[in-house]
Amino acid sequence: MSHHVLSLLVEDKPGLLTRVAGLFARRGFNIISLAVGTTEVPGLSRITVVVDVEGLPLEQVTKQLNKLVNVLKIVELDATQSVQREHMLIKVRVDATTRSQILEAATLFRARIVDVATDALVIEVTGDTAKVEALLRVLEPYGIKEIAQSGLLAMGRGSKSISERVLKNS
Amino acid sequence: MPPESTPVPGPSAPSRSEPPVLTGSGAILASLEKLGVTDVFGLPGGAIMPFYDELMASTAIRHILVRHEQGAGHAAEGYAAASGRLGVCIATSGPGATNLVTAIADAYMDSVPLLAITGQVFSTSMGTDAFQEVDITGITMPITKHSFLVTKPEDVPGVLAAAVHIATTGRPGPVLVDITKDAQQKSAPFLWPPKIDLPGYRPVTKAHGKQINAAAQLIAESRRPVLYVGGGVIRAGAHAELLRFAEETGAPVVTTLMARGAFPDSHQQNLGMPGMHGTVPSVLALQESDLLIALGARFDDRVTGKVSEFAPHAKVIHVDIDPAEIGKIRAADVPIVGDAREVLIDLLPAYRDAAKTAKPDFSDWWKRIESLRTQYPLGYTMPDDGLLSPQWVIEKIGELSGPEAVYAAGVGQHQMWAAQFIKYERPGAWLNSGGAGTMGYAVPAAMGAKVAQPDRLVWAIDGDGCFQMTNQELATCTINEIPIKVAVINNSSLGMVRQWQTLFYDGRHSFTDLNTGHDTAMVPDFIKLADAYGALGIRVTKPEEVEPAIRLAMETNDRPVVIDFVVSRDAMVWPMVPQGVGNSQVQYARDHAPEWERE
Repeated sequence: MSHHVLSLLVEDKPGLLTRVAGLFARRGFNIISLAVGTTEVPGLSRITVVVDVEGLPLEQVTKQLNKLVNVLKIVELDATQSVQREHMLIKVRVDATTRSQILEAATLFRARIVDVATDALVIEVTGDTAKVEALLRVLEPYGIKEIAQSGLLAMGRGSKSISERVLKNS
Repeated sequence: MPPESTPVPGPSAPSRSEPPVLTGSGAILASLEKLGVTDVFGLPGGAIMPFYDELMASTAIRHILVRHEQGAGHAAEGYAAASGRLGVCIATSGPGATNLVTAIADAYMDSVPLLAITGQVFSTSMGTDAFQEVDITGITMPITKHSFLVTKPEDVPGVLAAAVHIATTGRPGPVLVDITKDAQQKSAPFLWPPKIDLPGYRPVTKAHGKQINAAAQLIAESRRPVLYVGGGVIRAGAHAELLRFAEETGAPVVTTLMARGAFPDSHQQNLGMPGMHGTVPSVLALQESDLLIALGARFDDRVTGKVSEFAPHAKVIHVDIDPAEIGKIRAADVPIVGDAREVLIDLLPAYRDAAKTAKPDFSDWWKRIESLRTQYPLGYTMPDDGLLSPQWVIEKIGELSGPEAVYAAGVGQHQMWAAQFIKYERPGAWLNSGGAGTMGYAVPAAMGAKVAQPDRLVWAIDGDGCFQMTNQELATCTINEIPIKVAVINNSSLGMVRQWQTLFYDGRHSFTDLNTGHDTAMVPDFIKLADAYGALGIRVTKPEEVEPAIRLAMETNDRPVVIDFVVSRDAMVWPMVPQGVGNSQVQYARDHAPEWERE
């Protein structure tokens, strides 16, 4: 199985997320991550979904998604042709002896400390999936107390925008 | 505050009339009228009462009060399938809406243009588990083409126009519009025509020229082509174009369960129905083909059998208006997204062009097919228990009623026999629940068909099991003067399940006995039941009674007719491809497999 990043431009209508998520469940496709937010165009939202399928099933999921009346456009974003970022908050256990090591690790990963307590730190990290996972591996031995993670965000490189053609057509 | 001055219109000033202010209910009615709806099937309840109050006064729309909402749904389906028009059904919130669910799912599977309007509790009560509240848009999400929830009266015209547009264009399907009671009660200016804003809905009907030429080239190069015709040809109204194209190419045609009537059965090139209970020539022609030209067909498992062994040497041209159908089951060598009718129109000249230099020669192919036809004609054996043969009864109904009649079937053995032994010459003559396999479809669907086409003779070919699921609509038929004819093929059992039990479960007939037929308690007595509903009931047990009973039914038009054909329960549907095996293992009759060409 391999991961594919799909970017969906959708109308911001009630129940839209249910329609999209329900379709994945119904057709037996596995969602790895999901991120939803507004766009530069009022009334349009963007869903970035990471899905675990290969070849023909991917084509099938794209076609089925395209049949949803509120879905305007779907593009698959290849890792080399797009910028992909995850965002994570990590609460890690610290004490007097480990604090400086953890701070050093955070600096190496260009992560930020966003909350400090005597026995814990909250670290904010942004990066592609590999970087975020690497930081997690480094922090693991100290004791990770809690994680909050966003879905993957992705955007095609270059000057083209996903909403360009759609707006021209309407 | 009054305006400072009121401009006095001059003689040439345009007189702009203000749009009328209507209640949401009034807007539903006005929208339906403007959308050309003339017949609706429904049953009122609390959350849809404001609309029913408006509907009472309508002269443009005939409302038929059903006895169960499922009946309204199937009636709307039958109406749509027989006439090609939109079918409309209406129910209240909660259980009223959930009773529509089976019919909506059925319409989704068989691509029937259906508009389902449901009442919803007050928008202020939604989400509180109010009386008769269900999330019907949520429940029907997987089985509708689209759905809308309306909470404001000003949204009514736009939503209904969009709903009808979605239901009837592209690949047709069911659309549900759920309207809260307060949206029905409040008022707003009624603006018509509304703006339909569906930027994400643009069905492709016109195919790529390049793909058309590629398809034409493949057909011209083929030696063993088969036109694999599905229900999409009927929905697209492409039967005339299909006939022209088929005759131009001379290729054999198979018509799936959903496509019976898309190509005349009397035509020499028609091999009949493919699939699990298809004709041997049709099943084996597909198996031995080198090119499938799939038109509005979706490679259903009941057609393909084991997919990996289906038509193993064939290239595939797949024409469908729904891009998601192409390559879903079987990879297509030439995928064509488009409306079947438009594609066939474009394909004809492209084929003539491609075949100009060397017209393909299908004579060997036809020789093979004709030998299969001679060896394995569709047939049946008379039962040896002295009871009627169900196949013979159904064949007789078809013979006496002719191709202009409409035949709506339930689901099971009688459905297969009706698909096999009635000759269909035109689209819309054969109505059935193909994809969903909904028992109980026949009576309400026949009712809907008769409303759409009152001048046609309309038969429900039903089973004793199916009939008991929806026969309450006989009351609707009697009261509303919709004189359908119901042929109950009464074998006293859930026949198709019984057949599988006989064949695959060592004859263990687990809970398939219905006790309606010969030598049983006959509960219910279908004649008394018909009588109770104000219908004419006729019981037929002997061969010599069959024709007179059918004729009497055909002559009786002041009430519905129910004929209880007491038939042999041991009759089975043949040919048959057992589930899970390749279609080359088709059995002509029990333990009787045809010889077929091996590599």
